Amino acid sequence: MKLITAIVKPYKLDDIKEALHSFGIQGLTVSEASGYGRQRGHTEVYRGAEYTVDLVPKIRIEVLADDDDAEELINVIVSAARTEKIGDGKVWSVPVDSVVRVRTGERGADAL
Amino acid sequence: MASAITTLAADTPTLSAANTGFMLICSALVMLMTPGLAFFYGGMVRVKSSLNMLMMSFVSLGIVTILWVLYGFSLAFGTDSGSVIGWNSDYVGLSGIGLTELWDGYTIPVYVFAVFQLMFAVITPALISGALADRVKFSAWVLFTALWVSVVYFPVAHWVWGAGGWLFKLGVIDFAGGTAVHINAGAAALGVILVIGKRVGFKKDPMRPHSLPLVMLGAGLLWFGWFGFNAGSWLGNDDGVGAVMFVNTQVATAAAMLAWLAYEKLRHGSFTTLGAASGAVAGLVAITPAGGCVSPLGAIAVGAIAGVLCAMAVGLKYKFGYDDSLDVVGVHLVGGVAGSLLIGLFATGGVQSDAKGLFYGGGFEQLGKQAVGVFSVLAYSLVVSAIMAFLIDRTMGMRVAEDVEVSGIDQAEHAETAYDFSGAGGGISARPAASHAPVAAANKKVDA
Repeated sequence: MKLITAIVKPYKLDDIKEALHSFGIQGLTVSEASGYGRQRGHTEVYRGAEYTVDLVPKIRIEVLADDDDAEELINVIVSAARTEKIGDGKVWSVPVDSVVRVRTGERGADAL
Repeated sequence: MASAITTLAADTPTLSAANTGFMLICSALVMLMTPGLAFFYGGMVRVKSSLNMLMMSFVSLGIVTILWVLYGFSLAFGTDSGSVIGWNSDYVGLSGIGLTELWDGYTIPVYVFAVFQLMFAVITPALISGALADRVKFSAWVLFTALWVSVVYFPVAHWVWGAGGWLFKLGVIDFAGGTAVHINAGAAALGVILVIGKRVGFKKDPMRPHSLPLVMLGAGLLWFGWFGFNAGSWLGNDDGVGAVMFVNTQVATAAAMLAWLAYEKLRHGSFTTLGAASGAVAGLVAITPAGGCVSPLGAIAVGAIAGVLCAMAVGLKYKFGYDDSLDVVGVHLVGGVAGSLLIGLFATGGVQSDAKGLFYGGGFEQLGKQAVGVFSVLAYSLVVSAIMAFLIDRTMGMRVAEDVEVSGIDQAEHAETAYDFSGAGGGISARPAASHAPVAAANKKVDA
């Protein structure tokens, strides 16, 4: 099994949810994140004082997937998240040892 | 209803129900300005010190009200002695005042005048607090407020508005508090910050407003309440001057907001909400002394000049390195000085008094008087406030510890957090509080 993590632009969340749903993904976890990549931050002005704001708001999406589905799932997320502009984010996956569905106690692929 | 209205010109004024009702409403409007100011300032600080900022304004409603009833009204508006201070034992505790006893020369009861003026005394020290954001012990602030109104505000209000006060006798025009309120508070703010110093991270860390909507809400409440502050300062409206003041308040504020926005668009590239709110307040400040002696077109000039001057002045703190956190000096001192001096240029001689400004053929006479008013109040308030801050700092300490300031003054001084975001990841602290054994026990159960 794999844990796929995507850091994306907040306004792309709905598109990604839609795409994952069409792919057959039943559930995901979303959290608000902030950070920067190569685009760094942006500038804000308050009463003439300029502030460089390093950390840009992002959305972190986490999805668990079967090994067989993982690559395709990543492609689904990437194509839904892409705007081809700077700051589109990143997607990665890591191996997962075990997964348990809390309600039933099912383990492994059955718990996905 | 015309029979109920008595004119100021009448030899013996009688009580006017219309003016009394109007003035009670104006008093409530001015009261609302202090919570409005709390929001205006509270939104401008970082979230970790937003409650402290709100409280610094709000507590003034408590402290100053009590002091005003006990002795403040008597010091400011009692019988003059030496043109510097008043005293009237009937006013002590507001206990010797007759129900229908009229304020001398006017058609409203003394009680109404006392409560209207109280609201001015409440908001003036609250204005200072914006310069002291994030870093002053609440107990020290409470003491400072009590001392400051007693030694600075009550006497200065007497100088400017009290019958027999020396600036009043000199002919300095201050319709609603450009000198007594705004220059007074702005100069005090400068005096205190020169003593207590900068916030940790000033000019290094980003200190962004945590809630601009709150700032806009506060500016809106200030603008609304300011109609009572300004139009009410004529203590009735038998001759139409109060209505002119009302109109000029709206006009100057509009002009100042637009002027600030235009300035920052040209200078920094954007129309900001903070700029709109700040410009409006700058206009309100500037028209406060001047609104009773200028025409509506003059009010546009006063507002526009103040809007640009204040927008330029807020940058000075970075140049000179003093931490006027929320620009009390840049907006209230500069705006108050601008409005007070512009009387000397734009007074038409046809509204509040027959004194004419330079542009209306009055020469430099009124401008000179205004300058005396401005600089005497500025100097007195600056010096006395600095001494006061120094003494408090040397005894009980003005500032919180550096680690408290960095982690946030709200939790240390008020044991509260402004916004509960536990739905997004907070929740019950797993760390047991040493002094609360039952809570610790409960948490232990959760952990197990």
